[in-house]
Amino acid sequence: MDASDGAVATEPARVRTQGAGKGLEREDRARLLRFMVMMRAAEERGLTLYRQGKVPGSFYDGRGQEAISVGAAYALGPRDRLCILHRDLGAHFVRGVTPDRYLANYLGREGGVTRGRDGNMHFGDRRLGCVGMVSMLPDMAQVAAGMALAYKLRGERRVALTFFGEGSTANGQWHEAMNLAGVHRLPVVFVLENNQFAYSTPNELEFAVDPVERAAGYGFPGVSVDGNDVEAVFEATRQAAERARAGEGPTLIECHTMRMHGHGAHDDMSYVPAGLHERWRKRDPIERYAHRLVADFGFTPQEVERIQAEVREYVERCAERALASPPPDPATATEGVFAERWEPLGDGEAPWSRWQREEAA
Amino acid sequence: MATTTQQAPASAEPQAGAPRELTYLEAISEALREEMLRDESVICIGEDIGAFGGAFKVTDGFQEEFGAERVIDAPLAENAIIGAAVGAAIEGLRPVCEMQFADFISCGFDQLVNVAAKLHYRQGVAVPLVVRLPSGGGFSGGPFHSQNPEAWFLQTPGLKVVAPATPADAKGLLISAIRDPNPVCFLEHKGLYRSVRGEVPAGEHTVPLGKARVAREGRELTVIAYGSSVHLALRAAEELGEDIEVIDLRSLCPLDSEAILASVRKASKVLVAHEATRSCGVGAEVAALISERAFEHLDAPVRRLTAPDVPIPFSPPLERAVLPQLDEMKEACDELLRY
Repeated sequence: MDASDGAVATEPARVRTQGAGKGLEREDRARLLRFMVMMRAAEERGLTLYRQGKVPGSFYDGRGQEAISVGAAYALGPRDRLCILHRDLGAHFVRGVTPDRYLANYLGREGGVTRGRDGNMHFGDRRLGCVGMVSMLPDMAQVAAGMALAYKLRGERRVALTFFGEGSTANGQWHEAMNLAGVHRLPVVFVLENNQFAYSTPNELEFAVDPVERAAGYGFPGVSVDGNDVEAVFEATRQAAERARAGEGPTLIECHTMRMHGHGAHDDMSYVPAGLHERWRKRDPIERYAHRLVADFGFTPQEVERIQAEVREYVERCAERALASPPPDPATATEGVFAERWEPLGDGEAPWSRWQREEAA
Repeated sequence: MATTTQQAPASAEPQAGAPRELTYLEAISEALREEMLRDESVICIGEDIGAFGGAFKVTDGFQEEFGAERVIDAPLAENAIIGAAVGAAIEGLRPVCEMQFADFISCGFDQLVNVAAKLHYRQGVAVPLVVRLPSGGGFSGGPFHSQNPEAWFLQTPGLKVVAPATPADAKGLLISAIRDPNPVCFLEHKGLYRSVRGEVPAGEHTVPLGKARVAREGRELTVIAYGSSVHLALRAAEELGEDIEVIDLRSLCPLDSEAILASVRKASKVLVAHEATRSCGVGAEVAALISERAFEHLDAPVRRLTAPDVPIPFSPPLERAVLPQLDEMKEACDELLRY
């Protein structure tokens, strides 16, 4: 493999070409665009706050990977559950987190999802069916498998979904999670984001065999999709979730993409070979989908433009709310170490029109 | 099955009755079985706990009784055992994980200390799970089958840690641990499994987490101990025939500070005893607590009887040299009494 020309990401034989997502209506397609733009706009706004010195710690985003978290989360039902990682802001938005709460989390404010207890992307809104990530990767793959174990034991037609990067596949816990999920045919969907680099380490120093091929070794399918095609990711996730609900076990979905920013805002990306960003910029998931909505799905350029403008305006209002949120009270710093009681996670929003159709039927 | 704790039908409910004598191991097994009968959400997961009944046979017969879905033979992967238990606990199950030996918690440490312990503080997500940890030495288990790892957990906010010494407490604390909405490390000393017998209430029996027990009343010296060291202290007190109090901590987090301080105020001389290694151990914490809050009540320096800071060696004479022995307990008590 040669990371210098991006060959891994575009190997055509293995990467499923884009098709239309099954069951997507016009309103769904508008939302897919909306959520991707929301992710980009919110991350851009956050990055500005970081550069203004308003964000403690560092700043991490998923620029260029918007299609993955949005497409995957969009395929889930309200009672499905997620463990969302640090390149996957779009999944939080799909499930109902608003950009003000995301930005307030970066700012360490009371209005952030963790109320200042944890920073940046280390959050998950339990009331929206999400368990927030930890920094150790891919720990949440084990947790997602455990959630799926509970669904299987109770005979519930539910799915747990988690994300991780290709870097995570080098860690022993990745093997543990895949193996357990395979042995017990757990209803879990693993979304692997191959964004070419684990921080600065390129694919050829991460693994000798593409991790999607290892799925067979665990007894379940591994599929590769174009991670910059939101409907391709949606469709692969939809099929994987159906499989899981039918009791057929896990699926590993590898989404080929490129991390267009550094690991964090402090990372100058000097290790990325010349030209690689330029090649991937031509495959920008938002621009591609905007174009496709007009070319294939009957949207007018004005509609697409309006969606983008509305979202950006909304994110700006959210940023104002985040900045107005108070800092947490230092007197509460030692509270909440232990739980007084167990409470179930709440259901996430599931904007895919399918669920409304099913409810109506 | 509902996601909330369910009462099993009355016929399956173990009937409370007169105490019977059980071994420490039988008491653990009974607690686990009764909780599984009472609450369908309780599951067991660990290595070789199903068909084989566990390395120490705590779950012997469980798989026949409760099925392979609730008594799960896990692959040899401790992080998967604890990580899957975290996910299952979040989704309403009450998993009881068995580490085959407490030593192997190192292989599941990440899920325990980074995921399970911190989820409630960070995200408000409760993680009700129990990790059973067969711990302790005395059988030539060597450096990897003899450790007392409690101090590792005590440095992790978000974990509760208990270490029963008697069969009744083993049952009562395990039931409380299963019903607690937090991750609980349950240290069960292997040396007590079959050597210690005692009265155990039948049926419903809980012991609150965070409450110490006065194992023996006395006024001249208090020995503050837990796990195997409680038995050593009781024997030393009997053989010396002195007016020695023995406090069995039972729970290391939360620690029953008031019980410790009350005993110190009464006896004025303190020996803290445990099998775990010395530095930054429970003994150090208890000694610091006493010096901060009961210094003026002391008639002698607080002393510790612990293993020295070495791995637990394999060969019997070496292991005996490392683990606290009865003679050493008697000698330490005697020295303090004469101080």
